[in-house]
Amino acid sequence: MLTIDNLHATVADKPILKGLSLTINPGEVHAIMGPNGAGKSTLGYTLGGRPGYEVTGGSVSFMGQDLLALEPHERAAAGLFLGFQYPVEIPGVSFVQFLREALNAQRKARGEAPLSGGEFLKLAREQAALLKMDMDMLKRPVNVGFSGGEKKRAEMVQMGILNPSLAVLDETDSGLDIDALRVVGEGINAIMRAKNQDGTGKSVLLITHYQRLLDYVKPDFVHVLAGGRIVKSGGPELALALEEQGYEAVTA
Amino acid sequence: MSRSRRLVEDWRYADQSALALLWPLPAPERIVVAPGESVTRALVHEGEGVVQLEVELGAGAVADIRVLSHGAGYGRVEVSATLGEGADFTLGAVQLCDGDAKREVVASVTHAGPDATSRQLVRSVAGGRSSASVLGRIVVDKGADGTDAEQSIRALLLARGASANARPELEIHADDVKCAHGCAVGELDEGALFYMAARGLDPATARALMLQAFIAEPFAGSTMEEQLMGAARTALGAMA
Ligand SMILES: Nc1ncnc2c1ncn2[C@@H]1O[C@H](COP(=O)(O)OP(=O)(O)O)[C@@H](O)[C@H]1O
Ligand SMILES: [Mg+2]
Repeated sequence: MLTIDNLHATVADKPILKGLSLTINPGEVHAIMGPNGAGKSTLGYTLGGRPGYEVTGGSVSFMGQDLLALEPHERAAAGLFLGFQYPVEIPGVSFVQFLREALNAQRKARGEAPLSGGEFLKLAREQAALLKMDMDMLKRPVNVGFSGGEKKRAEMVQMGILNPSLAVLDETDSGLDIDALRVVGEGINAIMRAKNQDGTGKSVLLITHYQRLLDYVKPDFVHVLAGGRIVKSGGPELALALEEQGYEAVTA
Repeated sequence: MSRSRRLVEDWRYADQSALALLWPLPAPERIVVAPGESVTRALVHEGEGVVQLEVELGAGAVADIRVLSHGAGYGRVEVSATLGEGADFTLGAVQLCDGDAKREVVASVTHAGPDATSRQLVRSVAGGRSSASVLGRIVVDKGADGTDAEQSIRALLLARGASANARPELEIHADDVKCAHGCAVGELDEGALFYMAARGLDPATARALMLQAFIAEPFAGSTMEEQLMGAARTALGAMA
């Protein structure tokens, strides 16, 4: 699914990722944990191709393609979804309009027919219901006036609509209360534990600070990111150890 | 294109056949709205020339003026309005400038009687080396108590060489007046553009959505909203 090899990236000329390697196979859920400033969001943005995040070394292969050669919107059409730590507000553009254009742009890039207005609304309604989000929220401008938790829920509704092969979710659990955490966790499972059209499994890279989301979305592998590299990898027990002992003790 | 001062003003309006938005106005056009009556106008000013509208609103009269100003050269739209007691005035204007264009919206709203309401919403988009200027004036005469006047002027610069000027002027000679005004000049939000790209929108589509959203407010609620937005979309599409 995704092979990151010795990735180096700078932000504003400052080296942030310093030789990061990670392989995610189809159907796997990986969690990345790490202290603030470790480079977790930078990894997500670099995979997404955000301007200003410059790759200075290494390679990333995504479903057999050179991910780094693709424009950001091409990466999305290829099946990559980035859940933002801080979802962006776009005044004047409704979620419905935005997501319909986005989905149809992706479908067009893949040579698929566009969804009609009715087909899109049906899909949007289903995915909103899955995340227990009122459909009326999607008629509002993108993220404008949404609470932190509502924004994160809306990210997952978007993921459900766009139906990616790989989701990189940057602190999707932060800002959620206990009930919303359960809804979002179950939503991630429902969307990403389903199979791709070709029968292969979808994959998830969860960036999180806390064990609690991992109670719902059980990871196959847990990694600690510190100083721009993966410094330790293990199974789900690693997340529990981190929660109990902290990063310093576990990675010492 | 010559920037020399024009002694003879050139009047040019939108293609009549394209849209029924055109109001072939002798200059300056004077619109008198009788007490209790209402008037709506949608005007597209394309290319060079000066358009002047003078609106006089009687007691309780309503005037709704929407303007799209775009195209090459020097183009100026002047709207002045005088409001009687309890009148309601709306000016929603969008100007789109590219290349060497120089466009101006000059609005002057005078609250002559009490308890009248007015709104001026102006959005400018400037690319290339163009400049977009807005002068928005609110005058509240003595005795025009209970005035509720609102003004919002915003500009978006698409290129380093483009410029925008916004000058609000408030003259208030009455009491118990509500005057909300704001000016802002900015650029397209890079964060929003990346967010859209991350969802699969190509750069041109993402930009078009952002620009359409930016200019939507002055046309919102107009009976000609769809036609104005359609004309604006076409003009935006032609911008570099
Ligand atoms: N736009 C930026 N300009 C300069 N430095 C940045 C920028 N974005 C992130 N950084 C720096 O990169 C480092 C990693 O940040 P980030 O990836 O956000 O960490 P994390 O998500 O793990 O908390 C931090 O030192 C941060 O200050
Ligand atoms: Mg972060």
